[in-house]
Amino acid sequence: MAEAPILEVKNLRVEFPTRRGTLVAVDDISFSIAPGEVLGVVGESGAGKSMTGAAVIGLIEPPGRIAGGSISLAGRRIDDLPYEEMRKVRGREIGAIFQDPLTSLNPLYTIGRQITETILTHLPVSPAEAQQRAIGLLREVGIPAAEKRIDHYPHQFSGGMRQRVVIALALAANPKLIIADEPTTALDVSIQAQIIALIKKLCCEHGAAVMLVTHDMGVIAETADRVAVMYAGRIAEIGPVRDVIKAARHPYTDGLMASIPKVGRTDARLAQIDGAMPRLNAIPRGCAFNPRCTKAFDRCRAERPEPMRVGNSDVACWLYDAGQGGTR
Amino acid sequence: MIAFVVQRLLQSVLVMLAVAFISFALFRYIGDPVLIMLGQDFTREQYEMLVRDLGLDQPFYVQFAKFVVSAVQGEFGISYRLARPVAQLIAERLPATLELSMMAALLALTIGVPMGVYTGLRRDSWLSRFFLTISLVGVSLPTFLIGILLILVFAVQLGVLPSFGRGDVVKFGSWSTGFLTTSGLKALVLPAVTLCLFQLTLIMRLVRSEMLEVLRTDYIKFARARGLQNRAVNFGHALKNTLVPVITITGLQIGGIIAFAIVTETVFQWPGMGLLFIQSVNNADVPVMAAYLLLVGFFFVVINLVVDLLYYVVDPRLRIDRGAASGH
Repeated sequence: MAEAPILEVKNLRVEFPTRRGTLVAVDDISFSIAPGEVLGVVGESGAGKSMTGAAVIGLIEPPGRIAGGSISLAGRRIDDLPYEEMRKVRGREIGAIFQDPLTSLNPLYTIGRQITETILTHLPVSPAEAQQRAIGLLREVGIPAAEKRIDHYPHQFSGGMRQRVVIALALAANPKLIIADEPTTALDVSIQAQIIALIKKLCCEHGAAVMLVTHDMGVIAETADRVAVMYAGRIAEIGPVRDVIKAARHPYTDGLMASIPKVGRTDARLAQIDGAMPRLNAIPRGCAFNPRCTKAFDRCRAERPEPMRVGNSDVACWLYDAGQGGTR
Repeated sequence: MIAFVVQRLLQSVLVMLAVAFISFALFRYIGDPVLIMLGQDFTREQYEMLVRDLGLDQPFYVQFAKFVVSAVQGEFGISYRLARPVAQLIAERLPATLELSMMAALLALTIGVPMGVYTGLRRDSWLSRFFLTISLVGVSLPTFLIGILLILVFAVQLGVLPSFGRGDVVKFGSWSTGFLTTSGLKALVLPAVTLCLFQLTLIMRLVRSEMLEVLRTDYIKFARARGLQNRAVNFGHALKNTLVPVITITGLQIGGIIAFAIVTETVFQWPGMGLLFIQSVNNADVPVMAAYLLLVGFFFVVINLVVDLLYYVVDPRLRIDRGAASGH
């Protein structure tokens, strides 16, 4: 990774103060994304992956807050910017794609108005130029008869088409980074591949890096360059997608991979990880995964593992600590 | 669109016929109007002659048809109490009531909507809490009490505003207005404030709860993620989405304001229809009561029609689809 990263997150911590104490939704995570790179973030619901995305665009719902660490975009720190400064970053430098295209668009305005509004907010162009640019964007995301469709309302589009509009909106001001939070979860399976391919193609053409948050390993395998596996607010393993999928190092990643059905395999039962991810107010001491881990030993229950370099990946697991001999 | 309007108009006609039937029944069956007209001493011949003259010996449906036909022509008969045509009496009183009602509705909207938006956006500010506390007073105190309290403070103790009547009015043909004289405007203040207070607090609370609802939606979050300015998000996107329920309630309230101006008009001796109605009730002046009932019904029907048409303007989803949702 010779190039300076477009996004660098260091020791990020997101907390939710509640009446019964503070919940830590994201606990001391660090990662970076290189320009043009696609980083997949996977994990179960509640693992903190969407929260990490929200932290990067600065839209954590109060009372949640960033309690520590730093987020830098192209070398500039953005987690402590005042609201108005951060607003200028959103949309202009970081684009977002949300999960549900049916609810991401305002039903009362035409899609054209929503796109030109975004363009005019961020770029010094005339309304006519913005209109032209909007039509161009709609064409790019594959909406037929874009000149005509631009005057239509969201309810006149299908789910897949609406997600294309959302992608056009995310790209409207040519951001350097796109945060796609489960962009295909709400779509028909038949559309999912198209949308993922479209995101990948367009971000490549626009030179935008992507942080792709999903719980779908298949999507990650197809799209991502690197992948971060999150568990209970921490990163269990982060590395090149090939290494993580083919040779998962962390027992959690290993279990996750084994639980994906594969065509042609005739095992009677699918492997599963026993138990459930701990709730945020009951994260066990030591490694958060230790109660479910088949390879856990004493140290896992006592000390929290920090990410360790193993091959091309960073793995937070005591199995790979030099002192333990690094056997597996 | 045209089909919709025609359908609504037909429905309105049906509603008006129903209202006409009720007021006709009132006219016909509350006591014997012939006895009331003839007074104490009369002969059998006199009685039968009057019954024939008035057409009361004809079958019920013929009488109803006659009533409807003359009502459409603005004929409501002669007031028992004042011995003048009812239509003329109402025409004299109508401007006073309409001016008062419109002023109250205008106040309720122009103050209630911004207060609702403010309390929705700044949920925790002390001013929001203050507004909400005050609004409880508006909702829970009965109108006549508020009116009397206002009279006590502003008319009796401070002596700055008149406690009754309409002040000097200027005539425009059959329309008399109090808007053009200082005393007319001064006289309008207390009744309008009294009448609007309940509606104002209702609109404020409605806008507030709708705003809270809308601000939680994905498209508002997405609008923020697009980096739109706060003003554009709050007023362009959020407020417009709260309008449909606000229009509904406001429409019904305007009807209510006109109908229930009775109490306010009585407290302030405002020479409008409400006061006329109360006096008619006291004297069993059935023709006036019947006409008043019809007129209020008519106002409600017209307002509902306008409300339905406004939905069309505000919400594109209700408009007939030009191009149905396309495939994927």
